[in-house]
Amino acid sequence: MSSMFTDFGIILGKIALVYSGILSGAVLLTWAERKQSALMSDRIGANRAAILGIRLWGLINSMADAMKMIFKEDYQPPRGLRMLHTLAPVFAMFPVFVTFAVIPFGPPIEAFGRTIRLQILDLDIGILYLFAFGSIAVYGTMLAGWSSNSKFSLLGGMRASAQMISYELILGLSLVGPVIVYGSLNPADMVAAQNTYLWGWLPKWGLFVQPLAFLLFLPAAMAETKRAPFDLPEGESEIVAGYHTEYSGMRFGMFFLGEFSEIVVLAGVLTTVFFGGYHIPYLYGGTEMAGGPGFYFPWGAYVPIAAWLVVMLRVISFVFKVAALMWLQMQIRWTYPRFRYDQLMRVSWREMLPVALINIALTGIVVMLLNR
Amino acid sequence: MITVKPVRDVRLTAWQKTYYPELWKGLMVTSRHFFVNLARHIGRGMGLKTKAPMVTILYPEERRPLSPRWRGLHRLMLRPDGTPRCVACMMCETACPTDCIYITAGESTDGRVEKYPVAFEIDLLRCCFCGLCVEACPEDAIRMDTEEIDLGGYSRAEFYLDREFLLEHKPALTTHEQYPGEREGRPVERVDLLKMAKGH
Repeated sequence: MSSMFTDFGIILGKIALVYSGILSGAVLLTWAERKQSALMSDRIGANRAAILGIRLWGLINSMADAMKMIFKEDYQPPRGLRMLHTLAPVFAMFPVFVTFAVIPFGPPIEAFGRTIRLQILDLDIGILYLFAFGSIAVYGTMLAGWSSNSKFSLLGGMRASAQMISYELILGLSLVGPVIVYGSLNPADMVAAQNTYLWGWLPKWGLFVQPLAFLLFLPAAMAETKRAPFDLPEGESEIVAGYHTEYSGMRFGMFFLGEFSEIVVLAGVLTTVFFGGYHIPYLYGGTEMAGGPGFYFPWGAYVPIAAWLVVMLRVISFVFKVAALMWLQMQIRWTYPRFRYDQLMRVSWREMLPVALINIALTGIVVMLLNR
Repeated sequence: MITVKPVRDVRLTAWQKTYYPELWKGLMVTSRHFFVNLARHIGRGMGLKTKAPMVTILYPEERRPLSPRWRGLHRLMLRPDGTPRCVACMMCETACPTDCIYITAGESTDGRVEKYPVAFEIDLLRCCFCGLCVEACPEDAIRMDTEEIDLGGYSRAEFYLDREFLLEHKPALTTHEQYPGEREGRPVERVDLLKMAKGH
């Protein structure tokens, strides 16, 4: 009985850890978005909000943001559909948060007399689960567009649904390649497979064995987050603010937070599938090698490292990779201008789709030949 | 004969059409700015003398030097004896395209001038800062060189400037000297155009 409670407690603890991580990541991203874009364009960025004169390089602005959103008037369009209007931000935020459950953020650890996986949900169909919830995300924007009783919102919602459905296709097809290579839909298995090496030295990271899939997955996933250069659903120069035109206060805040959380989650997915998950090249944990934990370099050198330190290093490596990929997404968002709508559709259906199919065929042939 | 102008072929090459190489170039430009500026910011934080990581002027604390021709808040000039230079000739009021100057003239008793402004009011909310009043003034009594450009207030009344305010208002900043010595109220040497014309 007590063991059941321990299990329950462990799961709750993991959930709390992961979601506080995502939320603080999202809040930090609102700061990073301002500061990074400022540095890129030789500006300073937000630095005026202060508590007792302490500005903390603009970090206080994130707090000011949250305060503003909480206390702002919560307006609902009088002739909109009230219930759907309230539900839409929930539908936008919920799938994003749930997606992170299948992402392993550290190696299994031994504690409380059992093996604890640093992953909320060890699911054999993890990648499918990811797509399933990714598809639900479109409902949030669609419902927001529909329930607002505004033409701009409706246009934004329509754009968002067309865009997300088009790019979901690329998202799914581009990951078929890595799935073939790793032979599993389970993220934990995929991560484990990425600590093996091609020709004894090149880590089998998705980036190296499936570069084409990475080049397809990254833009497709960025299109799913609906941020520039794929921010047509918001398109402020054309349709005010798109699907969240009629949202204010914390209802808008939930869209906002959902969008930033999506960046964190996307960075997590990219890390898991393409950047070796929590693994550091040539570093092996407790029982993975006969010679004990440590670095086994391809030229034969061995550097022993304590087992607990390996776990620490791996969690840090995961966090570092996620942070670096969030930086990359921000950099992309502030570098490229928005697509035109026909360009968006052409890129997806006529350029990325054939390449994705070719990638699947080639990967299949190569894997078949190698396994013969 | 038909002359032709050769036009550069701007069609993309196959390499550029793959899109990614050009995207990579753009990303490198912004990333270079990011890392260079980051290094400069960190260097400044550690007290090193680095190149400026930004072109920003932190406005309320730092101000850009203004051009001497900048038109800001108005002021009325004084004679050395402290009386207003204005002779209430109504030239500025007439020149004003927005009718924002209201002068009430009174008869002067000091024997030097005939009239003086009993009231001189400017409705700043109507003013379009064109500077025609300054150009019209024959006595150089009204100027717009206070360099006060951040004019704000909480009520309409605050923008209704009266004679006393305009006379006592001294320029807050001295990033330049328009006429050396003028600011202290010393008169500039007057050139008598009539005498000059007779002399030649």
